[in-house]
Amino acid sequence: MSLSTSSPQHLLAAASIRFIVLTLLAALILNLLPGEGFLLWLRPDFVLLVSLYWVVNLPRRVGIGIVWILGLCMDVANGTLFGQHALAYALAAFLVLALRRRILMFPLWHQSLHIFPVLLLVQTLILIINLFSSSSSVNLVYYFLSSLTTALLWPLLPSILEMPQRRKSDPETA
Amino acid sequence: MDHQPPPFFNRGPSPLVRIVLFTLLSVWLMVLDAHQHYLLTLRQSLSVVIYPLQQLANSPQILMEQIGSFFVTQSALHKENDALKQQRLANALQLQHAQSLQAENTFLRKLLNARKHEAGKTVMAEIFYTGRDPFSRKIFLDKGSAQQINAGQAVMDNVGIVGQVTRVYPFSSEVTLITDKDQAVPVAVLRNGTRAVVFGNGQDGTLDLPFMPVNTDIVNGDVLVTSGIDGTYPAGLPVAVVSKIERNAAYAFAKITCSPSAGVDRHKQLLVVSVPPQPALPPPAAADTLPAKKTPGGQH
Repeated sequence: MSLSTSSPQHLLAAASIRFIVLTLLAALILNLLPGEGFLLWLRPDFVLLVSLYWVVNLPRRVGIGIVWILGLCMDVANGTLFGQHALAYALAAFLVLALRRRILMFPLWHQSLHIFPVLLLVQTLILIINLFSSSSSVNLVYYFLSSLTTALLWPLLPSILEMPQRRKSDPETA
Repeated sequence: MDHQPPPFFNRGPSPLVRIVLFTLLSVWLMVLDAHQHYLLTLRQSLSVVIYPLQQLANSPQILMEQIGSFFVTQSALHKENDALKQQRLANALQLQHAQSLQAENTFLRKLLNARKHEAGKTVMAEIFYTGRDPFSRKIFLDKGSAQQINAGQAVMDNVGIVGQVTRVYPFSSEVTLITDKDQAVPVAVLRNGTRAVVFGNGQDGTLDLPFMPVNTDIVNGDVLVTSGIDGTYPAGLPVAVVSKIERNAAYAFAKITCSPSAGVDRHKQLLVVSVPPQPALPPPAAADTLPAKKTPGGQH
């Protein structure tokens, strides 16, 4: 049992494509939830979080291309410059792909410490693109709060996203 | 499923090649989107895909509202009814006054041989989603090109101008608020007809009125209404109230800050207003400052 939590990808069956699509759609819906005021600054980027999780754990199912397309969807949903989220998301996927063997060696809380700088980089990239394209100002302290909340959610992900695989693999181990 | 070939064989291009490819592709898309507007069809087709997800994301809130409205108490309804009756009475008084003024106005305009002011068509829409992007002030309405909404139309609530429709998708539309950075609205001061342009500064609740001389006749509490000379916003709708004026002789211009009249956070329903096709005349308030130009039949 302790083994399975430290290296889940060896013991669990790969998630089905249908389940991956379902989780990504659910993340998109969570990103589109209405909100207002200070809550807007705090809300995590569920799409990036879930897609990075799949890139780390199943890099052959969810790759840079899929993450890029999800970024395009976020650009349309937010009415932002077309391609900025796509670029930032794809870059995050690439970095996580390069770091994935290292990331998987650590327990979940340490993994989120790896994810946090990647998320900061995504936000910084979007900030730089906006500085060039729209010349508008933003409260920087509040702006980066979203990375923090997203990184804090990382350790909770496996318990949700590995549910169907656990159910599948339990009878085999018992 | 388990018997796939070893990973070295069917992986396709390496991650480095892919990231370079996607980076170039996104930069190309961004440049296209920023400089030319080729990508509207791509955006529109993606928006149709996202639309059901947006509706799904909104459904819990709508459900809560419906449940909430089911359990409204009788006394609350009674109170609201009383308030609405009182408001109706006040409105009726104003309406009668407005009718007599309108009759007088058409008569005077006929005398001057000037073109008639016509009210534009309005469509009611609901706020459907607030943009997540902290760099811009945008909201999304639940009506789009399928309901005859066009880019460029003005959006208002019951108090004043909220913003302008900037992109139209088949079932939804994107509204840039007047508080968005660099969003400009041509206005006139209601009191004396001084014309100016109000700019958003990217913060909620404040607007700038730049390029006004230090000695300009604007005081705190002045109401700014749309001047209508741009042909986008119908004339005479309240936009903002002047809240702060700093006159410093060291600078060429006064620093004037206004607060917008309309509040997007207060209402869910908004009106999308279109201007009638003829170019609008300057508002009557502005006309009395230049009476010499108004010769009979001189206006086209």
